[in-house]
Amino acid sequence: MAKKMTIIMFSDDMDKTYAALILANGAAAAGMEVTMFFTFWGLNLLKKGGLGKLKLSKMNMLGLGRSMVKKRMQKQNVASLEKLLADAKELGAKLIACEMTMGVFGITKEDLIPEVDDLAGVGAYIADAKDASINLII
Amino acid sequence: MDQDEMLDVKGKTCPEPLVETRKKLNKMESGKVLKIVGDHGPSKKEIADVMKDLGHEIMDVQEEGVNWTILIRKK
Repeated sequence: MAKKMTIIMFSDDMDKTYAALILANGAAAAGMEVTMFFTFWGLNLLKKGGLGKLKLSKMNMLGLGRSMVKKRMQKQNVASLEKLLADAKELGAKLIACEMTMGVFGITKEDLIPEVDDLAGVGAYIADAKDASINLII
Repeated sequence: MDQDEMLDVKGKTCPEPLVETRKKLNKMESGKVLKIVGDHGPSKKEIADVMKDLGHEIMDVQEEGVNWTILIRKK
């Protein structure tokens, strides 16, 4: 059985999202089964066009910091968040949206990108996490 | 050594060389040989280590300046 990794995507900060998606891609490329569970602010990442609206957790400076970091990332040829998410999906990562927090924030399934595999609760996350060798919350 | 498939990840940085290698291998038939060329230093060792761990055969790793070439036979 393949080894498993789970990531709870709690934040919608651009920098943390990069870190999480790069980790997910690394694990999936190494043959691990990856589950990403999106909850609270992390649900914004699954909204249509959501990845284009993220802020930095530090030094955002009303968007100036974000623009600088984005420019430097482009210069270094770092993949976009959209590509990283698509790559993770292609390598088999499962994207699960937390149904309870969707209700809290008034988010419907129609608001989310079609790549979302499932709407579920803590039970579904724990079912994956209990057999996983890496469990992260970001 | 002749390759069946070719992947150029020059100019790409972490995690793309590794991810693109895995995506490419997934689409290939067993026994076929993939040649990867790149210039992101850490990816050279990562690709070889990860793909070996997945059971693929690392046939050759060459380095010339910052550029490297890896030959992998899909298991």
